[in-house]
Amino acid sequence: MSGITRRRALGTVAAAAGTAAAAPVLAAAAPALAAGPAPTRSGPAGHDPASFDEVYRGRRIQGHPSGGGHHGGHAGHSGHAGHSGYTVLIDGEELHVMQNADGTWISVITHYDPVPSPHAAARAAVVELQGSPLVPLVTA
Amino acid sequence: MTVRKNQAALTAAEKRRFVSAVHELKRSGRYDTFVTTHNAFIMSDRDDAERVGHRSPSFLPWHRRFLLDFERALQSVDTDVTLPYWDWTADRTPRSSLWAPDFLGGTGRSRDGRVMDGPFARSGGRWTISVRVDGRDFLRRNLGAGGRSLPTRAEVDSVLAMDTYDMAPWNSGSDGFRNHLEGWRGVNLHNRVHVWVGGQMATGVSPNDPVFWLHHAFIDKLWADWQARHPDSPYLPGGGTADVVDLDETMRPWNDVTPADMLDHTPFYTYDTDAASS
Repeated sequence: MSGITRRRALGTVAAAAGTAAAAPVLAAAAPALAAGPAPTRSGPAGHDPASFDEVYRGRRIQGHPSGGGHHGGHAGHSGHAGHSGYTVLIDGEELHVMQNADGTWISVITHYDPVPSPHAAARAAVVELQGSPLVPLVTA
Repeated sequence: MTVRKNQAALTAAEKRRFVSAVHELKRSGRYDTFVTTHNAFIMSDRDDAERVGHRSPSFLPWHRRFLLDFERALQSVDTDVTLPYWDWTADRTPRSSLWAPDFLGGTGRSRDGRVMDGPFARSGGRWTISVRVDGRDFLRRNLGAGGRSLPTRAEVDSVLAMDTYDMAPWNSGSDGFRNHLEGWRGVNLHNRVHVWVGGQMATGVSPNDPVFWLHHAFIDKLWADWQARHPDSPYLPGGGTADVVDLDETMRPWNDVTPADMLDHTPFYTYDTDAASS
């Protein structure tokens, strides 16, 4: 239930590195890999939204409670820390995440497919992005 | 009178005119306003706060009105075009005619999910993904990825059998017809289809894939089918519910339409099955 295991994650990176097609993706992700700290274990993804900070498939993903609940106002519709009380970043860009009533999580990248934790949502977004940069909502 | 037809029954000419009208909305910029609106609601609708378009009782009337707006926009281009629906319990593989090059095109290639054929492939020059949350400007799909299956007719029937429209707490944790149809609970119908298609359809900017409209037209039809089976079951809640659109409250973004206004689809359109089923 905890989503993608670390072994599987590392195996996927190794597999991707073995294909020429993935080379530009890995090259683009390399600066984040080099600049990031050593991956930290944040424990298996579970219902407790603990902080995490790791390099997953060549992308730095971070998450931490941001407090403030949703009193931060609705100044716009792009990602806000204040919306979920929890902030997730992929290579420094905010991933809009949301907690469901049953404690599961989704993100704007995988909006119809709940996972157990914001950590799992960040990893699912990395898989879905296939190396593409996350951007604030583009409307033109 | 607008008749919404099963996509599998469309003639070649009907498919061509539907695609042309969609292309024209895209070219004029009107298409992308629908994507932007949908994403704004999907990001702001919350289980513990105000919710209108999703995870709430108004999921069904909101999308009925949203599809009406889109259909009227199509008809402003070509008066004969109507929204087809995709019965994914019947046309349930990537080999369905829905995904042929003369209609929506097929699944994406494995490397990057890019759709390579059909009228919405990036290479055709008429379908650039403009409203997006990542760097990719091409339509992507991953039909049935990971061995996922679309809902079966039996699963649909199990949800249509539920006789209560919706229940407190009126969100993704609810029991009842609406939330089982939406898919946050139980066998999972609507949400699962978004995930099965993959690509942009699995994201907040899901209307970037034209199949969004065909999927939601079938969800809308299932609401009508449910009403026919449960004529004494009303839309709920009836009034006084915080953060939730009650029967006679107006819905954003229109602010001039209520769930009560949307309960009967027949003033706006009929389904190709309506005569047979009544």
